[in-house]
Amino acid sequence: MSETKDKPKPKQGRHATGDDRRLNMIEAINDALDVAMGRDENVVVFGEDAGYFGGVFRCTAGLQEKYGKTRAFDTPISECGIIAAAIGMGAYGLRPVPEIQFADYIYPGYDQIISEAARIRYRSAGEYNVPMTVRTPFGGGIFGGQTHSQSPESLFTHASGIKTVIPATPYDAKGLLISCIEDNDPVIFFEPKRIYNGPFDGFFDRPVQNWKSHPDSVVPQGHYSIPLGKARLVTEGDQLTVLTYGTMVHVAKAVLEEKGVEADILDLRTLVPLDIEAVEKSVKKTGRCMIVHEATRTSGFGAELSALVQERCFYHLEAPIARVTGFDTPYPHSLEWAFFPGPVRIGAALDKILKD
Amino acid sequence: MADRPKRNADGKNQPHLTLHVPEPSYRPDADDVDFSAIEIPEAGAQPRPDEACDPEETHGLCTDLIRVLGDDNRAHGPWDPKLDPDTLREMLHHFALVRAFDERMFRGQRQGKTSFYMKCTGEEATSISTAMALQPDDMVFPSYRQQGVLIVRGYPLIEMINQIYSNSGDKLKGRQLPIMYSSREHSFFSISGNLATQTPQAVGWAMASAIKNDTRIAATWVGEGSTAENDFHAACTFASVYQAPVILNVINNQWAISSFSGFAGGEQATFASRAIGYGIAGLRVDGNDPLACYAAEKWAADRARTNAGPTLIEFFTYRAEGHSTSDDPSGYRSAQEREAWPLGDPVVRLKNHLIELGEWDEERQAEMDLKAAEKVKKDTKEGEKNGILGHGMHQPFSTMFEDVFEEEPWHLREQNEQAESERETKYPDGVPH
Repeated sequence: MSETKDKPKPKQGRHATGDDRRLNMIEAINDALDVAMGRDENVVVFGEDAGYFGGVFRCTAGLQEKYGKTRAFDTPISECGIIAAAIGMGAYGLRPVPEIQFADYIYPGYDQIISEAARIRYRSAGEYNVPMTVRTPFGGGIFGGQTHSQSPESLFTHASGIKTVIPATPYDAKGLLISCIEDNDPVIFFEPKRIYNGPFDGFFDRPVQNWKSHPDSVVPQGHYSIPLGKARLVTEGDQLTVLTYGTMVHVAKAVLEEKGVEADILDLRTLVPLDIEAVEKSVKKTGRCMIVHEATRTSGFGAELSALVQERCFYHLEAPIARVTGFDTPYPHSLEWAFFPGPVRIGAALDKILKD
Repeated sequence: MADRPKRNADGKNQPHLTLHVPEPSYRPDADDVDFSAIEIPEAGAQPRPDEACDPEETHGLCTDLIRVLGDDNRAHGPWDPKLDPDTLREMLHHFALVRAFDERMFRGQRQGKTSFYMKCTGEEATSISTAMALQPDDMVFPSYRQQGVLIVRGYPLIEMINQIYSNSGDKLKGRQLPIMYSSREHSFFSISGNLATQTPQAVGWAMASAIKNDTRIAATWVGEGSTAENDFHAACTFASVYQAPVILNVINNQWAISSFSGFAGGEQATFASRAIGYGIAGLRVDGNDPLACYAAEKWAADRARTNAGPTLIEFFTYRAEGHSTSDDPSGYRSAQEREAWPLGDPVVRLKNHLIELGEWDEERQAEMDLKAAEKVKKDTKEGEKNGILGHGMHQPFSTMFEDVFEEEPWHLREQNEQAESERETKYPDGVPH
C-alpha cells in the first residue's frame, strides 16, 4: 500500500484566492465537500472511483489526500451497497455523502433510497434518521447515450421522505450542497453534468462557454449555505414565468434573450420541498407559465408543477400552461440533440404561449 | 457420454435443453417424511479454529454442522461455550418468555386484536442464544423474526404489545406493521419489512464504527430465502472489502413462506459456503442447538471485535409454524415435517441439558412456563388498556404527518389541514381525538 504522500497530486483546476475567486461547478462541489468535511469530522465521502482517483468528474479530487482513506474512499460497484452502507453509517451518527457515478446507475440503489432512507425517520418515529446526501450527475447533452444521460428526478420527488435538490450555478452548487449535507433528512443532489464546466445556451454547435465569465461562478471561500426550498429569480419580466432547473435554466435564459422576451425565470433549485410561494407570486404576476425540463414528459416533474399552477393560479392564467420537455423515448445517442428540449422546442412553445 | 443423444427433428444431434425447477422433498399429502438424508454429524466433532484465523480455515465448517449438544444431552467438543448453570437457566427463561409471548400474540391476532403476527417457534436459539453472545450495546439489524433479541436485551413486553396493537401507547405511533419494532435505546435498528435491506445497512454501521475507532460491532439477521436479494450480496461484498466488524447471521429455516430453500440456491450449496466466495469466515451451525448458536456467535463477535474480519453464519433450523398469521403451511408442506425434523426443538434440548447437569427439573420448568404465561397475560392486559388495533385508541391523527421530514414542509402542512377538515366534516358535532 502506498503512502498518501506518494500519490500524484490530483488536478485542482484554477483556484484563485480572494473574494472574486471563480470556480466551475466541479470545483464548487469539491469546495463544498472540503468545507463540510473540514467542519464536521462525521462527514464521509465515498463512491465508485470517488476515493484515490477523486471521481470520474473530479468532484471528490484531493479529499482522500486531505482527510484520509477512512473519510474519502472507493467502493465496490454496487449502488445498493453504497446507499445501504450510507444508511447504516447515518444510523451510527455519521453524515455520509455517497456519490452515484451517474444518475442512470442509481436504480440498483433505488429500493434502499425509497423504502429505507426516505422512510426510516417515519417508521421509527424519529428514533433513527438518515442524514445522507446522495450526489449524482444527471442529464444529457454530453453524448452519453441512454445510460449516461437520464434525468430521473421525478422518481424521487414522487416518494415521500426525501428531498430533491438541483443546482444550476457554481455558487448555488456549493451553498446548496453544504445545506444538504447539514440537513438531517436524506437528500438527493442532482448535478447537471452538461454545465459542470460551463453554462450552456442550448446551441450545441456553438463554441463551448466556460464559467469564468459568468457572474454566478464567483464562489466565496469557506462556509456559506443556501436554504433548501428557496427558488432563485434568474431574470425578471412581465411577459411570462418560466419554471425550470439545472441545465435548462441557462438554455431557457438564452432563448428568451435571443427572442427579446422579458420573463421571470425561476430556477427552482429544490423540487421537494418546492418554493411554492415564489411560483405563485410570479405566475399571478405574469399570467403565463412555461415549464422547462430535460426529463421525459409523462409524469415528469413538470406535470406536478403544471397541476400546482393550475390549482393555485387558474384565475390569473391567460394561456394554457406550456410544458417543454424531453421526449418519452430513451435518450438516443446519435440523435441526442433531437431529443434535447433545445432552442427550437422552447422557442416554439414561447411563440405559442405569448400568442394564446 | 454413455447415452448419445438422438438426432433431433431439425437434424442436429444436440440434446433438448430442460429447465430445472426445484421441488421440495415433501408436499402436504406426504405421510412418509424422512429427513435421514440430511447429514447430521456427531456433536463435538467439529474443529474450532482460532477466532483470528485466516478465513480459509473456517471453510471446511461451511459444509459441516457445528454441534455441541449431543443426543445424550451433554455438551461436547471444542465449541462448548462452557456457560455456567445460571446463564443456561437465564437462556431457558428467555426461551420460555418468547414462546409464551408468541402464543399469546398469535391468539390476539386470531381474536382480532391486531392485523398480523409472526412467531419464531423452533428458531428461538438463533436469536436468543446469539444475542446473549453479543454485548448489549452491539448494534443489531434484525429481520422480522428476532423478537428473542429484544427479550434478551430487556425490552419491556408492554412496548412490544403496544406496537403489535398499534395503540395509543405505541412509541412508533402506529405506523408500522406489527412486530416491526425499533429501539435505539436497546441498539436495535428499526425493522423494515422489505427483505434483506438491513444486511448491507449493518455493514455500513460496522464500517462507521471502525471509521470512528469505536469498540462496538454490528450483527444482522436475514432469512435464507432473502439471501437471494442483491442486498445480501452487496453486504457480503462490502463486509469482505472493508473487513467490517459485522456478523451476518443467515437463518436457514428451510421455508420462505411457501418456497423451500431450494429457491434460494440451497439445493446446490449450503448458505454458509457463500462465505468462501467472498473470502470471509463462514460457519454452519445446528440452529436448534442453543450452545452451538451461542458459541458460534461469540466466536464471530470476538473475531469482529479484534479487527479480524466479518463472519457469515448459517443457522440450520426449521420454521415450525407458518410464516405469519396470514399463512397456512398446510397448503404447501407436510405437517409431518415439524415432528420429523432431525435436530429437535431448541427449548427441549436446553431444558434436557440442564436436567442432565442436575441443574433443573420438569417441575421447575412447568413453574417457569406458567410464570412466563402469567407475565405475558398481565402485560397484555396492561397493553390492552392502551387499545387494540381498529378500536379508536390510536395515536392522534396529527401524528400521521410527523416525522416524514424533520420539519413539516408546506405541502404536508396543507395536507394535514385537509385531513383535519375531513374529520370536521365527518364529525360535525365535534372531532374526537
